[in-house]
Amino acid sequence: MDYVFDFSFLESFRSEIISGVRLTILLTVVSILPGFALGTACAVGRLYGPRWLQTAVTIYIEAIRNTPLIIQVFWLFFGLAVLGARIGPFNAAVIALVINTGAYSAEIMRAGFQAIPKGQLEAANCLAMTRRQIFWNIQLPQAAELVYPALVSQFILMMLATSIMSQISVEELTGVGYQVQSITFRGFDVYLVIAALYLALATMLRLCLHGAAQLAFTRLRRLRTPL
Amino acid sequence: MLGVSLDQYGFLVQGAFWTAVLSLMGFVGGTIVGLPVALARISRGWFLCRASSAYVQFVQGIPLPVIMFVVYFGVSIYGFDVNALVAAAIAMTLYSSAYLGEIWKGCIQAVPNTQWEAGECLALTSLQRFIYVILPQALRIAVPPTVGFLVQIVKNTSYSVVIGFFDLTYSAKILNNATFKPFVIFTAAALIYFAICFPLSRYARRFELRLNRRNA
Repeated sequence: MDYVFDFSFLESFRSEIISGVRLTILLTVVSILPGFALGTACAVGRLYGPRWLQTAVTIYIEAIRNTPLIIQVFWLFFGLAVLGARIGPFNAAVIALVINTGAYSAEIMRAGFQAIPKGQLEAANCLAMTRRQIFWNIQLPQAAELVYPALVSQFILMMLATSIMSQISVEELTGVGYQVQSITFRGFDVYLVIAALYLALATMLRLCLHGAAQLAFTRLRRLRTPL
Repeated sequence: MLGVSLDQYGFLVQGAFWTAVLSLMGFVGGTIVGLPVALARISRGWFLCRASSAYVQFVQGIPLPVIMFVVYFGVSIYGFDVNALVAAAIAMTLYSSAYLGEIWKGCIQAVPNTQWEAGECLALTSLQRFIYVILPQALRIAVPPTVGFLVQIVKNTSYSVVIGFFDLTYSAKILNNATFKPFVIFTAAALIYFAICFPLSRYARRFELRLNRRNA
C-alpha cells in the first residue's frame, strides 16, 4: 500500500475551512443557552406544572428523543418551506438544534431538580422565602450544579450534531469538507483534517464549559468540592 | 393516502429495513469491539488503559458523519470497491464500540469490590473470578443502559445518509424530492423511527426500575 497523503488543500482552501469552523462554532454557541433554557422550562413544567402541561411536555420529550435529529431538521426545513415560511437554512438549523437539545436537557435537569436534598427546600421555607425566590436562588443553581457534567456532555454531542446541517445547505465544517473533497478528490485526507478539527473543537468546548462552571457556581469555586 | 401512494410508503418501509440491518450490524460490531475496549479500560496495564481511553476520547470527539466519511474514503484508498453499507457498518461499529465500551466499563466497576475480594478468598483465579463472579452481576447492571444505547444506534444510523446509504432517512429524502410532500413523508419516517425506538426506550426504563427495586 503506497498511499501518499496530500494536505496541500489546507493552503488553497484555507478561508473556506476557517469559515466552516466559524459556522460550526456559531451554530453551537447560538443554540446552547436557548436549548438549556427550554430544557429547564420543560423540566419545571413536567415536575410542577398542571396535568395537561406535564402530558404535553412528556409527549414533546419522547417524540424528540426517539427520532433522529436529521429527520427533525428535514421536517422543519422542508415543511416550513411548503407552508410558505422562508426562514432560511441557518435559522432552521438553530431552531432544530434548540428543540433537540431542549428535550435532552429537560430530562437531565429533571434529574437535577429531583436530586436536590429535601433539607434545602425545608430550610428555604423556614427562611420564609417565596416560591420564586426558592426556585431562582436554591433549586436552579443546585440542580444545574448537580447535573453539570451531564449537561456538558450533552452540549458537546450537540456541537458534533451540527455536522449534519450541511444536509440543508448550512455549510459548516463537514459541508466545507465535502466541497473541498469534491474538488480535490482527496476525501480521506480532507476528512482526517476535519476530524482533527472537530476533536480540537470538542476539547475547546469542554474547557470553555468547565471555565464557565467555575464562574457560575460560586460555591464550587470557594469550597473546591462538588455538591 | 395524503397525496402519497401506497407504493411510496412501501419505499419508506424498504428504507426502514436497511435501517434495521445497519443498526443490527452496528450493535453486533460494537459488541465485538466494545467488550475488549471495556476490559482494556479497567485493566491494570498502563498501555492498555491509556490506549483504550484515547480510543474512546477520540471517537467521542468526532461527529459520526465525519467518521462515516473517513471510513468511506479510507476504505476506497485500499483499492476496495466502496460499498456504502460496508463503510456505514464499519463506522457504526467504531462509534458504538466507543460508547458501549465506556458504558460496560462503568457496569463492571459498579460491581462492589467485596465481590472481587470474596472471589479471591475462595482461591479463584482472576479469570475465574471475572467470569463466574463479576460478569454475571455486571451483565444485569448493563442491560438497561445497553438497551438505551440501542436507541442511539438506531437514530444515528440516519447519519449514513451523508455517504448515500439507502436507509429510512435516505428513502424519505428521495420521496420528498419526488413528491414534495415534506410534512407527510417526514412525519411518516419519524413515526417509523419512533415505532422502533420508543419500545426500546420503555424497555430500558422498565429494566432500570426493576433493577433499582431489587437493589433497594
